Amino acid sequence: MTALLEIRDLKAEIAGKQILNGYDLTVKAGEVHAIMGPNGSGKSTLSYVLSGRPGYKITEGQALLAGADLSQMSVDERAAAGLFLAFQYPLEVPGVATMTFLRAALNAQRKKRGEEEMSSPDLIKRVKELAKILDMDMEMLRRPVNVGFSGGEKKRAETLQMMLLEPKLCILDETDSGLDIDALKVVSNGVNQLRSKDRGIVVITHYQRLLDYITPDVVHVQSAGRIVRTGGKELALELEETGYARYQSEAA
Amino acid sequence: MAAVQETVEQVRRVGADQYKYGFVTDIESDLAPKGLSEEIVRFISAKKNEPEWMLEWRLEAYRRWLTMTEPKWARVDYPAIDYQDLYYYAAPKSKAGPKSLDEVDPELLRTYEKLGIPLHEREILAGVERPEGEERPRVAVDAVFDSVSVATTFKEELKKVGVIFCPISEALREHPELVRKYLGTVVPASDNYFATLNSAVFSDGSFVYIPPGVRCPMELSTYFRINEKNTGQFERTLIIADKGSYVSYLEGCTAPKRDENQLHAAVVELVTLDAAEIKYSTVQNWYPGDENGKGGIYNFVTKRGDCRGANSKISWTQVETGSAITWKYPSCVLRGDNSRGEFYSIAISNGRQQVDSGTKMIHLGKGTTSRIISKGISAGRSSNAYRGLVSAHRKAEGARNFTNCDSLLIGDACSAHTIPYIEAKNPSCVFEHEATTSKISEDVLFYCMQRGLSQEDATALVVNGFVRDVLQQLPMEFAVEAQKLISVSLEGSVG
Repeated sequence: MTALLEIRDLKAEIAGKQILNGYDLTVKAGEVHAIMGPNGSGKSTLSYVLSGRPGYKITEGQALLAGADLSQMSVDERAAAGLFLAFQYPLEVPGVATMTFLRAALNAQRKKRGEEEMSSPDLIKRVKELAKILDMDMEMLRRPVNVGFSGGEKKRAETLQMMLLEPKLCILDETDSGLDIDALKVVSNGVNQLRSKDRGIVVITHYQRLLDYITPDVVHVQSAGRIVRTGGKELALELEETGYARYQSEAA
Repeated sequence: MAAVQETVEQVRRVGADQYKYGFVTDIESDLAPKGLSEEIVRFISAKKNEPEWMLEWRLEAYRRWLTMTEPKWARVDYPAIDYQDLYYYAAPKSKAGPKSLDEVDPELLRTYEKLGIPLHEREILAGVERPEGEERPRVAVDAVFDSVSVATTFKEELKKVGVIFCPISEALREHPELVRKYLGTVVPASDNYFATLNSAVFSDGSFVYIPPGVRCPMELSTYFRINEKNTGQFERTLIIADKGSYVSYLEGCTAPKRDENQLHAAVVELVTLDAAEIKYSTVQNWYPGDENGKGGIYNFVTKRGDCRGANSKISWTQVETGSAITWKYPSCVLRGDNSRGEFYSIAISNGRQQVDSGTKMIHLGKGTTSRIISKGISAGRSSNAYRGLVSAHRKAEGARNFTNCDSLLIGDACSAHTIPYIEAKNPSCVFEHEATTSKISEDVLFYCMQRGLSQEDATALVVNGFVRDVLQQLPMEFAVEAQKLISVSLEGSVG
């Protein structure tokens, strides 16, 4: 069976500076992977390279989503193919109501996949269900996307988008940053509902804390632009004890 | 390719082929001889069977115009206009003027159909679907084709409540006392070069009078169409809202694609008496010229409202996407105590378009308030300037203004300018001014695209968000039309 995400010896740079140095990672459908590592080890870079952010250039190697070469697809094509990135710092879109944004995004993806658009009543119904799970006020969805949202509200809104779009591969970039313990539980609960045998989830995080709520199948340690160690969920606990110092010196 | 770069490429490709209203109606026209002279002024006046005083008024304006020079202070650049190389009067050939819709040349009716403005009274502006059972709002239309009004709908029904809505040429014949009382009292014949030219040669336009205490039962609208080659369009609109009345008026404009530049020098005068309100909305989509700046309309327009009565209100809302050059400052003279002026504007420039537009809020009365929200979007190689004046007279005790000017740049070959003038001669007035200039954010586009939106859809979404405050001010039918227009102006194939 083809892996959901297959990264082989990937090298990538931004503004001429190499950030990923021979990255290997395989995520199968149904698995939850955690990528941990010190600041500056290129964790966010990985998420941007995969999603196709302008300025991030693959120089060598390959990244395949369900067998399809991501480097050959535009940002929106990758999204329609099922790649979702939950941003560490979600952007504000002034003047565009969240509900309008959700409708535009969902139907754009459906259209690209040759599926029928979701009707407004169905959409509203679905969003209401999701908002309930995430303990969000519907009033928030009438406000412009992320404008004036608190850190916690932004992460809830990110999670709601992810749950609505039902991607094949979810990449969560430091979703726990800026969250208090209650919000962390709510967001984790949302993510856990997305766990399924058809879906892969990659959780990028600096702290072990998030993994108390989203239990990973595999934990990787990333340092200096590649994965330096892979283990089970106990690896995260070990890191909590020992810190990243030894990996930083190893990489150097 | 970076997202913004791609947008820029797309925008660059958008040219003449995006302009949907560029067709020419093949219709025989009645043209005055080319050029401008006293004879031409007399010719126009005679064509309209005008009273003697009107002819005198025109001639006086013409003589004054000869002594004036074209203004050069705006941030626009264009070759000298040869005023003798223009036609000052063009009318579709027909009998004395149609009495009813059945008599209007079917070719003309088709033209307006094509523009999305059916002139049948049972229909309304296209584009909006409503829940079943809800009554469609009706809109009365005055259709101006080159120099004449070809049809005005719902006249009879409006008459029942005392509202006068007709071509100004007809008003001059049938309601001369009203026209004479108000014409030129807001924009005097000597006001400025283009307004003076208009005063001499204006051919048609709409006249509206709302009697005291009447809330106009439907939206009124005028659609201007320039068809004939080398023709100047000089329409004149006069709207009077008598004490305690209300009217919402819409104006739309299109023109065929032609290689030559065409001159449009209109004058609009609004008057509100005590506690009256006029809401004036414009969607201006004159042909902007091709991507190299060839052709397009010169839109040199003087629009001004006079809040003559206490507690009256005038509100301008404009969506400007067309014209090669726009030179236009819809203004409010806040004469009556506690009167209020509003200006909401979206100005989009692309290709080689040049925009110098804004407003003037002249506070004369006590407790007068005004609000200015201006959103400028520049793309391609265009130049987009906001120019505004907020002033308070010595007697304008407690005057207040709030101004917000935001500019959005798409690409690196366009420019945005904000030129506000603020003059306060009364120490008690409070004027606030906020302005921002930003480039369309690559990060925001990336965020939207990561959710599945194409480059074009993402840009349209961000731009529509940027102009939302202003779009909300438009009547619903116009808002839908304007939203589409914004996408088309910037993208080409979106929608």
